[in-house]
Amino acid sequence: MTGDAHRPLDEGALRALVPRVLAGLVRRGEDFDAAEDALQEALMAALRVWPDRPPRDPQAWLATVATRRLVDARRSEAARRRREDAAHAEPRLGGPAPEEGDDTLFLLFCCCHPDLAPASQVALTLRAVGGLSTREIADAFYVPEATMAQRISRAKRALAGPPARRLDQPGDLAVVLRVLYLVYTAGHRGRVDLAGEAIRLARQLTLATEEPEARGLLALMLLNHARLPARLDSEGRIVTLDRQDRSLWDRREIAEGVRVLQSALAMERPGRYQVEAAIAALHDDAERVEETDWPQILAWYDDLGALTDDPVRQDPAAVLGRAVAVGHVLGAAAGLRETDWLRDVIGDHHRWHAVRGYLHELAGDLPDAAAAYADAARRATNVAERDHFVRQAARTHAAESSS
Amino acid sequence: MPKYLLLKHYRGGPEPHHRVPPMDQWAPEDVEAHIAFMKHVSELLEQNGEYVDVQALTPAQTWVRYGGPDAAPVTTDGPLPETSDLVAGWYMIDVESYERAVELAAYVSSEPGPGGEPMYEWIDVREVMSDAPADPA
Repeated sequence: MTGDAHRPLDEGALRALVPRVLAGLVRRGEDFDAAEDALQEALMAALRVWPDRPPRDPQAWLATVATRRLVDARRSEAARRRREDAAHAEPRLGGPAPEEGDDTLFLLFCCCHPDLAPASQVALTLRAVGGLSTREIADAFYVPEATMAQRISRAKRALAGPPARRLDQPGDLAVVLRVLYLVYTAGHRGRVDLAGEAIRLARQLTLATEEPEARGLLALMLLNHARLPARLDSEGRIVTLDRQDRSLWDRREIAEGVRVLQSALAMERPGRYQVEAAIAALHDDAERVEETDWPQILAWYDDLGALTDDPVRQDPAAVLGRAVAVGHVLGAAAGLRETDWLRDVIGDHHRWHAVRGYLHELAGDLPDAAAAYADAARRATNVAERDHFVRQAARTHAAESSS
Repeated sequence: MPKYLLLKHYRGGPEPHHRVPPMDQWAPEDVEAHIAFMKHVSELLEQNGEYVDVQALTPAQTWVRYGGPDAAPVTTDGPLPETSDLVAGWYMIDVESYERAVELAAYVSSEPGPGGEPMYEWIDVREVMSDAPADPA
């Protein structure tokens, strides 16, 4: 599906139907694996047929074609096994037609099943809920298509046990949120816009559940995604938050993120995604970097730390973010002292060195800043970040030599 | 067409032709020129139809071996001698000939260093074994 230059179909609308149709099939007792395959075939057929002959009811069309494929598949199997298939051909009805939101939630719980490894949860979610092709998912994660196909089919087989045991367990929303966030964070690279896909899925999730953390996650994604246009310069170089051209930020996305966040906070059941979104909102709210409300940000980081018993070990990223806020509110030396707590936990991670470099620079200590940025560069795990830290090191090193 | 790996090394290999300080101590404009050249090489290979893959490796290295029955893998991540070989990354290219691979490796090695001077870095050129059937015996 990826390589086509011309796409006459509204593919977004088509893909939005995937969870509804798939959930309909699974709810009436179809095997998840077989139903998902049948629906993928139906989608391929839709891409071929619809440009010339658009259906009156696209959802019903997909459900009918997928059902036909399922019946065909069972017939050929039955012919081999000499088994009667009449019972299957007549779909069982699973009570009243569920709402669209329920379908999405139901499928997300299937795809984010705790028995699956995170990479499988992500892949299956993108295919079964997002409606992406295996090829597109493979491209997004830079693995061969055959590898991704195998990962997806193994994941589906893991779910293929008795539905009563596998799929009717109450889902763990926290896992679903984590999987969507994984999709989002993987999404700033590659040809497929995974960040946009994660936002789309999170938006669907907020229609399906009142849970404030689902809204918190959507808000967090929107408020970060709004800054994406300023995150790289024309040469593809990383531009840090303090140096971004804020006129490039997407005001519409920020406004939506703030609205979603407010509706979540109003429910007064705080969680980490809501708090992180609040911090992102405060950054987004500053028209110039000097206007950043660091005391407020620090207060939210205190809330974030209070969500776990032992933040240093359980949430070192929050403690590291807080150290930056402390550096701005109480001074760089105080911020650096905060990072000391983390030395044994994430002292080998590039972010720890990068934050130390930032705080040393804030303190005007250029030699230590240059050394910390060089340490960050040695530990970076992607090329853009490695190049960024090398540049930071060279810049502070040069400034030190010329002063 | 044969495939070659052009390997860049953090350390190891013949005596450097030209010693340079680590890149984080270069002038910022020299860093920019170096990174721009690396990008240019990838684009050039793509335009020539010679590009297969380019990857960079982090310097963290762990040696691992089977620990024996019912034993955990045995690992060592150092300290390794400063002279030991450490691969930094590669270009994989698909070219007409060995001579073309050498030509491209030399071009990679001309990457600009401090003051815009060529780095004369040693590049390790390795042929990738092909899947094609060997000549009939």
